[in-house]
Amino acid sequence: MTSVAKTMELGKKAGHPIYMDYQATTPCDPRVVEKMLPYFTNMFGNPHSRNHAYGWEAEEAVEIAREQVASIIGADAKEVIFTSGATESNNLAIRGVAEFYKAKRNHIVTVVTEHKCVLDTCRHLEQAGFSVTYLPVKADGLVDLAELDAAITDKTVIVSVMGVNNEIGVIQPLAEIGALCRKKGAFFHTDCAQAVGKIPLDVNAMNIDLMSISGHKIYGPKGIGALYVRRRPRIRLVPLINGGGQERGMRSGTLATPLCVGLGEACAIAQQEMGAEAERLIGLRNRLLGGLRQRLPEIYLNGDLDNRIPGNLNVSFAFVEGEGLMMGVKGLAVSSGSACTSASLEPSYVLRALGLDAEMAHTSLRFGLGRFTTQDDIDFAIDHVVTAVEHLRAMSPLWEMHLDGIDIKSIQWAEH
Amino acid sequence: MAYSDKVVDHYEHPRNVGSLDKDSGSVGTGLVGAPACGDVMKLQIQVSADGIIEDAKFKTFGCGSAIASSSLVTEWVKGKTLDEAAAIKNTDIAQELALPPVKIHCSVLAEDAIKAAISDYKKKAGLE
Repeated sequence: MTSVAKTMELGKKAGHPIYMDYQATTPCDPRVVEKMLPYFTNMFGNPHSRNHAYGWEAEEAVEIAREQVASIIGADAKEVIFTSGATESNNLAIRGVAEFYKAKRNHIVTVVTEHKCVLDTCRHLEQAGFSVTYLPVKADGLVDLAELDAAITDKTVIVSVMGVNNEIGVIQPLAEIGALCRKKGAFFHTDCAQAVGKIPLDVNAMNIDLMSISGHKIYGPKGIGALYVRRRPRIRLVPLINGGGQERGMRSGTLATPLCVGLGEACAIAQQEMGAEAERLIGLRNRLLGGLRQRLPEIYLNGDLDNRIPGNLNVSFAFVEGEGLMMGVKGLAVSSGSACTSASLEPSYVLRALGLDAEMAHTSLRFGLGRFTTQDDIDFAIDHVVTAVEHLRAMSPLWEMHLDGIDIKSIQWAEH
Repeated sequence: MAYSDKVVDHYEHPRNVGSLDKDSGSVGTGLVGAPACGDVMKLQIQVSADGIIEDAKFKTFGCGSAIASSSLVTEWVKGKTLDEAAAIKNTDIAQELALPPVKIHCSVLAEDAIKAAISDYKKKAGLE
């Protein structure tokens, strides 16, 4: 067993910045890797081979993993199918259900702050003749239930609302959304890539019909995910991948036994440690936010604080551009909603959807805390960010105007 | 994406950060860009009676390349005549800093800032 001390070294590679980007990805927990290793070498069998011990032991491992995944969301193992990740799961859930039921229903409801893989899937379905409603969110990042209620019609086949947003970490009211969908007869799909293992989830209590799960967001391996598909009442879908009919015909292809084992173990660890870990991370997050607020004026939290996973902070540092700031905090691996960090030159659509001005969206940093983040990391981050923000504000013409009492919105800027 | 050494140097040790008296008749101020686009540059030049740029200061809201571009041009314009300064091209800035294609707009903005500062000075001095 890897020692805890060694485990805590993860995210602190010599010569690398301290890792604070846990919503982008997470390191594989050494306990997960340990479980996976034998399935690369000695126990390499095809889990679909029915005729010999190699196949049987691989199949047994896969089925244990399936139960571990099911357990963390209160599902039955038979309702879990393995995929390559949450992107595939989201594609399969939305496209698969829409295609299967299209003769009767052709309307989809989703939310503007969803992950690109949900929005892009919906765009493709629009081109294929479906109609899609993209609901706005409130300033706190949450959907308005009355608006959702009004958007669902008798033609709505599926409602797709993410559990937790990847940029601002806010938790959508899944139980209320589930109840609404059930009442109105629409299927409820939720992208829970950022939610599983962070908050308690129960597919039955929350009336969730389909749920996407990712391995690498929960200290499991990349390249594996799962889709929960409700059996009672049965949800049908058209597969994206045809072949040997594995995964109850919904996802053909030989299962990657080591990856399935890794995802299962990651879920088992997360389920066991979630309570204590959440408490620890909330403490670290409050320390970070408190430390920044104490030492820096004009900083703004993006998204609701209470309805938020413990490991996320998204903060706008007014009058300092996000990419310039990231260059100043090179001792930290974080991400920004600034345009300059993307190829598109548009600032974060999630932050814009909260009603943030483009200039505020340009000034944001996302801090992702996780299993291997320590209090020392937080204290380092506070000092580091404060120093960089002060350095950059000293050379910011906007900060100078702000100090002179000039409202930068009152100026006629030549947008380029 | 890694920054060039020159961009990092200007970012970490920006030259000529600060402000000149914008109400002075010998100071020209250029303010270009927009907060909504993620970059704003303020470039100021102080011009001597014989038309030489004696001093230059900048403040920039933007990414490392924007900061480096404006820092660089404050160095370049000092000691130049207005016409010489106006001849600085964005391509010279981009080349000096080895800016990647997505950052070319930072050098364009720096060129615009020089031109805006010169124009402001000329207006004040009754030269245009």
